[in-house]
This record gives sequence, structure tokens and C-alpha cells, in this order.
Amino acid sequence: MALLEVRDLHVHYGAVHALQGISLDVEEGQIVTLIGSNGAGKSTTLRAISGLVRPSSGSIKFAGRHLEGVKAHEIVRMGIAQSPEGRGVFANLTVDDNLEIGAYTRTDRAGVLSDKERVLDLFPRLRERLRQLSGTLSGGEQQMLAIARALLARPKLLLLDEPSLGLAPQIVQTIFAIIRDINKQGTTILLIEQNAHMALGAAHMGYVIEVGQIVLHDEARVLAASDEVRKAYLGVG
Amino acid sequence: MTKLLQASMDGVAVGSLYALIALGYTMVYGILKFINFAHSDVFMLGAWFSFAICGFLGYTTADHPVYAALVALIGSMAMCGALGFTIERLAYRPLRGAPRINVLITAIGVSLLLENVGQLNSNKFLAEYGIKFPFGTRPTSVPLLLPDQPLLSFALDSAHPNTLVNVLPVDVLVIGVAFTLMALLQYLVFGTSLGRAMRAVSYDAKTASLMGIDVDRVVSITFVIGSALAAAAGFLYGQKLQSLRQSADGLWVLLGLKAFVAAVVGGVGNVRGAMAGGLMIGLVEQFGAAYLSTNLRDLYVFSLLIVVLLFKPEGLLGKAVVEKV
Repeated sequence: MALLEVRDLHVHYGAVHALQGISLDVEEGQIVTLIGSNGAGKSTTLRAISGLVRPSSGSIKFAGRHLEGVKAHEIVRMGIAQSPEGRGVFANLTVDDNLEIGAYTRTDRAGVLSDKERVLDLFPRLRERLRQLSGTLSGGEQQMLAIARALLARPKLLLLDEPSLGLAPQIVQTIFAIIRDINKQGTTILLIEQNAHMALGAAHMGYVIEVGQIVLHDEARVLAASDEVRKAYLGVG
Repeated sequence: MTKLLQASMDGVAVGSLYALIALGYTMVYGILKFINFAHSDVFMLGAWFSFAICGFLGYTTADHPVYAALVALIGSMAMCGALGFTIERLAYRPLRGAPRINVLITAIGVSLLLENVGQLNSNKFLAEYGIKFPFGTRPTSVPLLLPDQPLLSFALDSAHPNTLVNVLPVDVLVIGVAFTLMALLQYLVFGTSLGRAMRAVSYDAKTASLMGIDVDRVVSITFVIGSALAAAAGFLYGQKLQSLRQSADGLWVLLGLKAFVAAVVGGVGNVRGAMAGGLMIGLVEQFGAAYLSTNLRDLYVFSLLIVVLLFKPEGLLGKAVVEKV
């Protein structure tokens, strides 16, 4: 049984049928990526898993428990943390406060402190800026903060929404190296990306979404080599 | 010099009351982005609740235990806290996600409801069933729960030995309680995990829920705290004036409005701004009254509002926000 099982998920925004029967599995210990163009329904899928939008039908099961109808803050307690689209750092709080907010659900103070050390080792740039208001960080630093903050919830499943968006190529390389590191340390990851090249390079499994439907899924290296994906998403051929 | 000292002391006392009320406006605005028009009525009820508690426990000016003020204060804070929780739960929460104008109109409705509930006292139909509300139909005098001898009384100017500066226990109570509560709130908002969550929700409630913060719970707590602070202001106001206008009297709205001005002057949504704004409004009002004219005291407050809105529309401690159209 997969850690996360999404079956025939439908989401409507008013009259718009945003997700038209999405099914996907995330196996424990893997990086699974969902790639697709702007507006295909990638972020909506994550929002449905996190409980921010209510699916109109279908099921989402995490570690055997149903998530439909569960409130967003309770889903975090069940072990799913999200680094949202556009980063969503609390610009009015310091970097340190943002990290503490990430650990809001936890009561093991010693564990939080040692996890904070661990993520600050992953992102040394943040350590230098702990007391700074996070609104003053650069885009890349804010992205690092959003990921670090999600990690502090010590999630079983980490949802990453477009971590490469708007970042310089060199920073994107750094971020993806860290994503692989996090995964190696045992966190399962569902990664949403427009940058199919980077995402398929890092992931074990890949899903391709187009206008609210999964059109392809396979091992990431198989997808990276397939003609369809190369033409549509990798700009090759 | 005597005048200066007296005006400063009165200004700080009145200003700290405005600050306590302004905190409720500003905290709710910070989190839900709407002006809770019923807040001035919660302040009014706080004053009346503390009066009702005194009546219920038999406290009079002549005969009351030493801890009476504390009982009336905490009792009325608890009652208004419960009231604030109920108002949010029944009137505002069902409208979460509705256009802001709907919430605003509902707030005005809640305000009118609260102002008029007290009037049911004179309803013959209810009276037949023995239902009487303990407050609000006519003005009343409030028992003073503190000694009325000045703690300190001294002449500053040797040429006028009869012009005394009086420091009354009630002024010490007002300033002491208000500053203690403000210090506690400051600690709560900037020094605890709950306060951090409140600040996060105020910045972006959706993302806050992705951090595991129960946004509804934070909103409830905000209403409870804001209402309890308004109740404290109501109690202190009653002790200072020793009389209360009836619940639908326009004076309550005017006081609430001045506290709202304090919130705007300090930068609405900003906790420290509300404290600073309240003190500033109180000082401007009392200095104007002492040196210019007592009759124009409302004018000074609202002129200050106009000046601030002209030159620093985001408020003294507020941050400019670009409104998305």
C-alpha cells in the first residue's frame, strides 16, 4: 500500500472543472513528481491533499486514513507538510519565527531545536539571517525558508509546490540537491514542477497532468526519455 | 505647572482606556480585516457588567471588601470574553469568506442589538414572566470600590498654595491596570507561540493553516482577548466617572469611535500602534481641554485623525499596504 493514494479525484471551482479524475500513488521513501504546464491542475491537486480545497468526489488516503473533509490544520498533524506555491513565507515575521511556526504542531522542544539545527545545516544562508524579517530575503532564500519551515513539522510526506519558480538556474541546482538530500534522510516527497527536466532528474516516479487529467505516468527516467515528454515539456526534438 | 502635571496625568489615564479599547479593534482588524462595530458596545457592557456584579454581591461605596475591585474587574472581563466568543461564533464565523460589506453590516446589527437588549427591562410582557435585565435602561451611579482620599496631594506653585495636584487611588488603578494588561498582551503577542500564530494568521490565514494552525481557534481567542480588554476599560471607566449612561446612549458610541481613531492613528492592525495611539489621543484631548477649551475636546481628537490621515495615512506605526483593485 502506498503512503498516499489519490483515486479519481474531482475538484470544481464554481463552474470550472479543475481536476477531472486524478489518480496517483506516492510510495514511502520516494520522490514522486507531478509535472505539467501552467493551469493544468498541479497546485489544485496539492491544495486538495492539504485540505485547502474540498474535492467534489474521489478519495485521498494517507497512511490508510481518509483525508477528504479533514481540516487543513489537522492534516498537518497527521504528517503532511506543504511548502506552498509562491513560497508563502510570513514576511512580517523573522526567519526564526517562520521556522518556529513550521514546528507549531510539535511539543517535543528538544526535537524541534535539533531539527532546526539540521535544516540550518542544510540551508546555511538562513542561519546568517535568523533575526531578519523574512520579507527582506531574496527569492531563493525565501524558497529555502519555505522548504525548511515545512521540514520542521517533521512530516512523513512533504509537498513541494514549484520550488524552482522564479529562481536563477544556479539556485535551482542547489534547491534540487537539497531536495534529494531530504529524501535520502527518509522524507517522502511529492514534487510539483513546471521545470520537468529538473523534476524528472530528481524523482523516482513521474506523473504528467494536462487540463485536469493524468495523461502519462511511469518511472521518472522512462518519462524523461519518452518522445512525448521530450517534445512537450523538455523542449527537445 | 500644576495644570501641566494634572493634564498629563488625566491624559495618560483617559488615554490608557482608549488604548485598551483600541486593542480590540486593531486585533480583530489585523486578523479578519474588518472593523468590528459592535466593539464599543462590548465596552459599554463591560462597564454595566461590572456594575451588575457589584449589585449582585452587595458591594456599595461604604461597604465592600478590599478585593472588590479585582472581583468586579475579572468578573466583567470573563463575561465580556464569553460574549465576544459568542458574537464571533454566531454572527461573524458563518460569514467567513463572504464579501466584507456583509460582515460590516452584520457588525452594525450586532451593535444595535447589544445597545437595545438592556431596554427590554421596561418591556411589560417580559416583566410579567419575571424576566428583568439588570442594567442599561437608565443612567446609574457606580459604587466607588477604592478610597476617595488622594494618595498624594501637593502644591507645586508656592504662590498658589491652595492649587493642589491630587493623585487619586482611582487614577493609580486605571493607569496600573491598563498598563499591566497592555504589558501582558505585548508578551502574549510577541513572546509566545500563540502570539506568533496570531501574527502568522494576520499575515496569511491560508498559509497559517498549512502550518497546522487552527485559524478558527486563533480568531476565537482574538475576540475573547479583545472583548476582555474592552471590559476592563469599561470597569475602569465606571470607577473613574462613578456614573454610567444608559446602554443606547450616544456617548458610548462616541467613546468607541475615539478608541477607533486611536487604532487608526497608531496604524490599524498594529498592537503597539493601538497602545501609542490611545495614549496620544488621551493626551491631546486632555491638554486641549486644559489649555484651550473643554467644550471642544472631541474636535481635538478628530482633528488629529484628519492630520494623521493627510500626512501618514497608514498610521504612525502602520505599514503602507498597496490595495489590490
